[in-house]
Amino acid sequence: MNTFTKIIYNCRKATFLIEKKQFSPLSTREKLELNLHLAGCSVCRLFQQQSLLINQWIKKRFPSQGNAEVYLDENFKEKLQQRINQEMNKN
Amino acid sequence: MQSDKTANPASTRSLNPNQWVINYADYLYRYAIVRINQEEQCRDLVQETFLAALEKADQFEGRSTEKTWLTAILRNKIIDLYRKKSSGLAPKDEVRHHEVLQEDFFDAENGHWNVEHQPKAFAAQPDEVIQNREFNHILQMCMKKLPALWFAVFSMKHMDEEQTEVICTELKLSHSNFWVIIHRAKLSLRACLEKNWI
Repeated sequence: MNTFTKIIYNCRKATFLIEKKQFSPLSTREKLELNLHLAGCSVCRLFQQQSLLINQWIKKRFPSQGNAEVYLDENFKEKLQQRINQEMNKN
Repeated sequence: MQSDKTANPASTRSLNPNQWVINYADYLYRYAIVRINQEEQCRDLVQETFLAALEKADQFEGRSTEKTWLTAILRNKIIDLYRKKSSGLAPKDEVRHHEVLQEDFFDAENGHWNVEHQPKAFAAQPDEVIQNREFNHILQMCMKKLPALWFAVFSMKHMDEEQTEVICTELKLSHSNFWVIIHRAKLSLRACLEKNWI
């Protein structure tokens, strides 16, 4: 088997390229390899679909500003402000 | 003069530590908890952020808002923690453990999926899933299971959409190592979700 055919059947490499593609443009060769692979591999097509879905779930559940329904407890906050006030009075 | 009201907005930006907790504590805590995933550590981080901010209050030049400035301090603390959590022997064993698990995913010879690890169709509909409390819990648990360094890379890229270059510099990674981690983290996460939910 030459390297080219090997890659067509290589799911490890294909899933790597699927992940890389989400953040960085692939080279022409990489694109060709991945497309050839996906054309013949339904498992990796499914992987790709699920991978993109997981990204969406993460964006929803782990938004970069955090979840609005999460709060610190009031007791902790009160003590924290007291601590800040103390430190300010030192100066 | 018409521009008077808007002139030099920086001059109105000063620090107001008396109001920090009421204005920013929840915000900073939320910011931390999606990136660190441990309540106790996040509370400490919020406290440390305010105390560090007081110490360098004289460096605040009003070029950013108070909120942006505090968030930047917290962000640096989070990255310090990522570095700390992913250096040393135990974290390296943890990574090795996950790598060994993944060796089974693909045939060592030809890289094809081994049958028992092939992704299977998710049973639940994507829209139902995201509303589901139990699913959210599983997603969180699966994220927590990632080795610290993988979690750090994954969250900086996926949540913060940080430049690859920046992540590599801050976590001291080579580019090729970075892409390997992005790939492995997703393989682990997907497998964990399938195993525990679908």
